Formats: sequence, C-alpha cells, structure tokens
Amino acid sequence: MNALRSTIFSAAVILAAGVSIAPAIAATPDNMLIIAAQIDDITTLDPAQSFEFSGSDVNRNLYTKLVGFDPADLSAGYIPALAESWTVSEDGKTITFTMREGVTFESGNPVTAQDAEWSLRRVITLNKTPSFILSQFGFTAENIGETIVADGNTITITTDKRYATSFVLNCLTAVVGSIIDSKTAMENEIDGDLANEWLRTHSAGSGAYTLGSWKPNESVTLIANNDFFRGAPAMQRVIVRNIQESATQRLLLENGDIDVARNLNPEDVAGASRVDGIEVDSELRGRLMYISMNQKSEILSNPLVIEAIKYLIDYEGMQNSFLNGQYTIHQAFLPATYLGEIDDVPFTLDVEKAKALLAEAGYADGFEVAIVVREAQERIEIAQSLQNTFGQAGITVNITVGTGKQILGVYRAREHDIYVGAWGPDYPDPNTNAGTFAFNPDNSDEAGATGLLAWRNSWGIPEMSEATLAAVVENDRDTRAAMYEAIQREHQQTSPFAVMFQKIEQTGRSENVQGLNLGGAITAVSYWNVTK
Amino acid sequence: MAIADTSRKGRRRSPLFGIAKKTGSTLLTIAVTMLGLLFVTFFIGRVMPVDPVLSIVGERATQEQYMDVYLELGLDKPLFTQFFIYLGDVVQGDFGKSLRTGFPVWDDVTRVFPATMELATLGTLIGVFIGVPLGVIAAVKRGTWIDQVARVVALIGYSMPVFWLAIIGLMVLYGKLGWVSGPGRVDIFLEDIVPSVTGMILIDSIIARDWDIFWNAVSHIILPASLLGYYSLAYISRMTRSFMLEQLGEEYITTARVKGMSEWAVVWKHAFGNIKVPLITVIALSYAGLLEGSVLTEIIFSWPGIGKYITISLLSADMNAVMGGTVVVGLVFVLLNIFAELLYKIFDPRAK
Repeated sequence: MNALRSTIFSAAVILAAGVSIAPAIAATPDNMLIIAAQIDDITTLDPAQSFEFSGSDVNRNLYTKLVGFDPADLSAGYIPALAESWTVSEDGKTITFTMREGVTFESGNPVTAQDAEWSLRRVITLNKTPSFILSQFGFTAENIGETIVADGNTITITTDKRYATSFVLNCLTAVVGSIIDSKTAMENEIDGDLANEWLRTHSAGSGAYTLGSWKPNESVTLIANNDFFRGAPAMQRVIVRNIQESATQRLLLENGDIDVARNLNPEDVAGASRVDGIEVDSELRGRLMYISMNQKSEILSNPLVIEAIKYLIDYEGMQNSFLNGQYTIHQAFLPATYLGEIDDVPFTLDVEKAKALLAEAGYADGFEVAIVVREAQERIEIAQSLQNTFGQAGITVNITVGTGKQILGVYRAREHDIYVGAWGPDYPDPNTNAGTFAFNPDNSDEAGATGLLAWRNSWGIPEMSEATLAAVVENDRDTRAAMYEAIQREHQQTSPFAVMFQKIEQTGRSENVQGLNLGGAITAVSYWNVTK
Repeated sequence: MAIADTSRKGRRRSPLFGIAKKTGSTLLTIAVTMLGLLFVTFFIGRVMPVDPVLSIVGERATQEQYMDVYLELGLDKPLFTQFFIYLGDVVQGDFGKSLRTGFPVWDDVTRVFPATMELATLGTLIGVFIGVPLGVIAAVKRGTWIDQVARVVALIGYSMPVFWLAIIGLMVLYGKLGWVSGPGRVDIFLEDIVPSVTGMILIDSIIARDWDIFWNAVSHIILPASLLGYYSLAYISRMTRSFMLEQLGEEYITTARVKGMSEWAVVWKHAFGNIKVPLITVIALSYAGLLEGSVLTEIIFSWPGIGKYITISLLSADMNAVMGGTVVVGLVFVLLNIFAELLYKIFDPRAK
C-alpha cells in the first residue's frame, strides 16, 4: 500500500512540474523538412574526404557532379548534370565533357570547366580514403596535369587504358565527383591544404541546398539554394537531427515533431504504421550482409566445408523473424538493381546435406570455430542464429562480440575465423563490389591489400581477378552484364563468402511529405523534389 | 576527498601567509589531481584494443593512407613519449582534435558541457528545494506517516533506474498526454535561432529576449531536469533526515525547548543551522555527480551533453575527446570542492 501511495506521490511531483507547458498540437512548419536519423558517422563534409553514409546524404544535396541521377527516376541511370553532354574518343580512353552554361555556385560565381578540373585534380592530390574511386583510372598526382584538363568550356579526362564508359561515368556520380567552387574554396585555404579544413564544415557547391550548419553528433541544417539550375526546392530548410534511439524517433514522429524517421526498428515500424497520418516506405538499398571464412584456416579452406556452411544458414528463418522487413534474401555480391545482378538463390538451410558434406570432408564430428561480430543487435542475432544451425551439424561456435573498430581491426589483420559483415557499394557500378569480393591478385601478407574483402579472407584468386578486370573494360553493356553474371555464379559456389541479405530501408514519414527518395541502392537521399 | 578536509592548520601565523599557503596547496592539489587523471586516462585509453587510425581513415583505406594517419598521430612513438607530447600540448591549452568530430576537443567540450550544466543545475535546484525540506520534515515528524511517505519516495528515487523513469516519463507525459515537449533542448526547427552566448539555452534566450524559445526550452528541459532532480532529491532528503535526527537528539535541543523556544526556531535555527556544513558536502557531491553527465538520461532525451560525448568517444577510441572531457569533469569536481570549502568558512564559525 505504501509503495502504491508513494508511486502516486512521485508521479504527482513530476506531473506538477510539467503540466501543460507544451503547445497543444505540434506540427513542423510547412516549408521545412525535419528528419530524425543516426548521423553520428559524419566526420567531414569535404567531398574529397567524406565517405560515410550520412555524409553522402548531405553531399548529394550540397554539390552537383558532372553527371548525376534523377531522384524521381533512378532506374534511368546517370543523366547529364553540370556536363551538358560528352563525347568518347576512338580509343575509348578520353572523355570530353561540355559544361552546361549559366549555372552558378552558391557564391554566385559561375560553374566553369576550370572548377571541374580543380575539383577532380584535388581528389587525387589530397589522396584521402575515397580517392581510389578516381585513382583507379590511373590518375596520379604526377600525371593529372595531362589527364584531367579544362579547355574553354570543356573538360577532358584521359584514363590509363580503355574502360567501359559507363564505369567511368558511374564513378563520377560518387561524392568525390562533386564540383567545388574553386575561387571560394581557395580564398579559405590554410597552409596549402586545398581548403580541406574549411570544406569540412562549409559548402561551396551548386546543389539544391547550401550548408546552414553541421554540429557533429547533433544536427545538419540545409538552406535552400533558390538559384539551383533545376529549379528552387520547395523545402526552404531541411534539418536532420541526430536521434540514436528508434523508440525516440517514433515518439517524435507520432507527436508531429518530425516529418521523417529514418532508423525505426521492426517493432517501431509495426507500431508507427498503425498510427493515422504516418506512412512507412520500404526502399531497397545497396548494403549486403554476408559471412566470410578466413582461408588461412585449414578447416575453413576445405571446399566441402565451405559448401556445407552455406547450407547451414537459416536464410528464411532470419529474414522472417528478427530481420523482418529490414533485409531480404540475396545471395550474390552485386546488389539487386545493379548492372549484372542475379537473383539466384542456390542455398537454403539443409542440415542433412551439410552433414553429408562435412562427413565427406572428414569432419563428421564437427569442429570448433569462432565467429567475430560487431555489437550491433541484428548482427549479434545473426551470429546466434548461425551458432544454432551450425550446432545442428556438430560445429561448435564461439561468438566474440566487439565494437566495430575492434572487430574491423581483427578482420583487416586476417585474424578471424568467420566474420559477420556488411558491405555497401562505394559507387553505382558493378565493379564497386566485384573489385573487392572477386578481386585479389596477390594474396601474400606483404601485399597488405586491406581494402579487398577477398584479401582479408586470404582468398587468392588470380583467375577470377582476371575475369573481374576484363569486365571493367568491356564496353558493350549486355556483354558486360553477362560477364558479371558468370563471375557471381562461380563466386556463389566456390568463394568463402556467403552473401545472405540485401538491406531494405524502412522510413516512417508523415503522410503529407511527398517525393522523398533515399537514393535506392545506387546513390543517396535527395530533398530537392520533396513537397509537403 | 578534499571536501571533508576542514583542516585549520597555520592559524597562528600571519593571515597573509596562511592565505598564500592555502592557495598554493590548493593549486598543487589541482595540478596533482589533474596530472594523475590524465596519466591514468591516457594509459587506459592506449591499452584499449581499438584502433584510432581506423576511426579516421575508415574501412576502405589503403595501407599507405593508413600509415599516413598513423604517423600523423604519432602512434609510432613510445607510449611515454606520446604522453609527454600530449601533456606539453595540454599545458599550452591544446587538447588536440577529436578524431570522431574533427573539431578541436576544446570546442566540442565547451559546446556540450553547458548543455549538461543547464540540466544538472536545474536538477540540483529541484533536489535541494524539495529534498531538504522533505528531509527536515521527515526527521521532525519521525515515525509518522509523513516520514514513511518520505522514505518510500526516496527509496524509489534511489532504486528506480533513471533511464527507465525517463522512458516512461517520455511516453506518458510527452507521447500520450502532450503536457511536456519531447527529446532535444528545443523543438528541432527552433534550434540555432538564438545566438549562443553561454551555451545554455534558457539563459541565451533570456539574453536574446526571445520568450517563445525560452518557454519552448522550458517545456523541453522540465522532464529530464525533474527526473535528475528526483534522483538528487532522494539522496539529499535521506541525508538531511539523518543529519537532522542526529542534531535533534542532542542536549542543546532539549535545552532550547526547555527554554521555551518555538519549535520552528528549534528546528530551523538550531538544528538546521548545525547541519549546513555536512549538507553542503552532500549537495556538492550530488551536483558534481550530475555534472559528470547522466549518460542514459542524455541519450534518451537526445541531450547533447558531456556524458554522452565522453561515452560515445570512448567507444570509438577517440582518446583526445575522452581525455579532454575527463579533464573538464575532473576540474569541475575539484572546483566544486574548493567552492564547498569556501562555503564551510561562511557557515561554520569555527572555520573562520
């Protein structure tokens, strides 16, 4: 009785303090878009350095590239943006872009071919992590004087060999392809840093928005650029607020304090979708969930064991339980919607078959293996599901959980047994994944190719690497697609990778918000055509 | 804990010498405490199995890009050399850059600390203004139903996890009833409108005379501040009660009563007058605890405070940020100690 009385009392204390201070009906202003998301991964907004999901979301609205995507029709592929048109030389190595006339940066300076030259050269000179997206075409600090050249209102780029034109153009749609206002940037250069420090927290682009402010781990505010060459955006201000908790995002959405919630977990999606005035969108994204087996291990490098493990994954069970609505089964390394995608699903959970394979390999009694996984709920649950199904075939699994950085360190040092990983494409071309899942020409420790997933798993594949390289230079679209299909079918069977799922992003939004596109599997979010 | 140190050494020497000595020893205490704090934090941070370079360059970096940053951070040098380089920078006021946010740690900390301070101060005020009278009444009415209620209220405050209360509070008072505003310091579209002077929105909006934002901020802070206040109330009221009981049992109280003093004067003038010093210690400790940042409360209320900042930094091996934050928290502790000691001198006639 005492407990009850005092609970009421304590509630009264809190209630008395807070009675009706909040306005009766919360609603966001009509010309503002308020989004809750996890944006604590942003460390810089400099297009030559930014390489995180949330950073790409900001970049796509601040900067325009030579070629880009129509947010209303992503399946159309790249379309002219700051470049009005382009021509490809006979030998296929040189592409000449003609710049669109009359486009200005947020400063009012005109967008010129010189700005494009400066911006692309700058990526190579600064040599930050994402620079490989351009440097893979043979651009180096020494040769950019001849390979990236502006002349009048054209800019010419010359690659070291012939590549599929679509490959080159797809790469130019990435964040590193952003064209920066070189005059404004250079006015803010410090100690020859090519404005790397200034552009970290400022924008100098020609996108639909300019940067109002970025407060790390708190918020990003975008202000409309009403001179945007495709037309002024309807939302005059976009605020993306960092909200970690799914439950909190849902609460804010249901109370009308935000328009869009981007990180709702399955329970909150189910809850929010029952509320009047809230809709949930599902959009297929590019991120894949996979497990991989370190080929340094004698057991895990046995082809029969590899095959057995692919039959010991409960793909459907996971998809329909804890991954419900957030991931869909996908067993090839190119995400659906990519050129060359395949939707083959050769593996299902089949314990008997796996047991037979293990017996054939000489492991009828199973073995012991460690799975390393980062401390994200869905990944831990995947590891636990694997522990369960592997156990049915006699394989004892020890799960090691660590922070993302710890686990990544182990993975890059090739010290894991089995790794539960996620991989998102870097640019919208099949090579982005083929070049890491199916490319590892030098498997030695000295090669230190820590960026390649195949290397991280000690999987030396000289022949498949050749095939991957050949697909990159093939200019016929259909032939190129067929080459990727063939590589993936072989990869599915022989590789130590079991690709399991592709990401579906579920977004809760207030029903009056229209035209929000997150960028599908190929690019990032665009606020330009959002209306309320 | 220096808080309990009410030593009165050196009283017979000249007062100036005493002050100089006292100031000197205080500064020395601060210096030694800070040095120890930095030392421990630094070495714990370095043995953590997390790679700070990866935090910067990301998953896709080449070995060459990795090494560039590795050398830039000076991680190739011996641990002690690294520590002394860091110490040298700190002495010059340079806490380095946060790896995670890319901003100078000092800028980050001065941005997040006022948010925590605003919350902690309000919470402590609530704790003091409700907790102290509650404790005094409970002691005076010992054994009555008032005492029982006060006890249960305090026990719940102690034992109920503050994050749980926070979630329930948000769901009911914000989600269902709409009596208070939700997470965050103001409505999202009102952020960044008043210029930041102190970093505390309540004060900044008063300076800017923007009453809409002031009341909006009040509607946001009231729930988290009440929760922290409740927690601190529970502690303060229990301590007040036990201090008071001790005094009320003393003979001088009986004497005062026999002399025919009013009960009001006996309780508030005599008994309460004598518990001020230990009570200051309790309040200062409770305030310092809240100033460290109540991590879970900050996370649930999306409150960009120092507790959340240090925790997230720690998880991503951002040791510059962790150490900068730790130094600030440490300094606050030490300064509160000194402040409490000054208060003793005002309230304790023997300490003059």
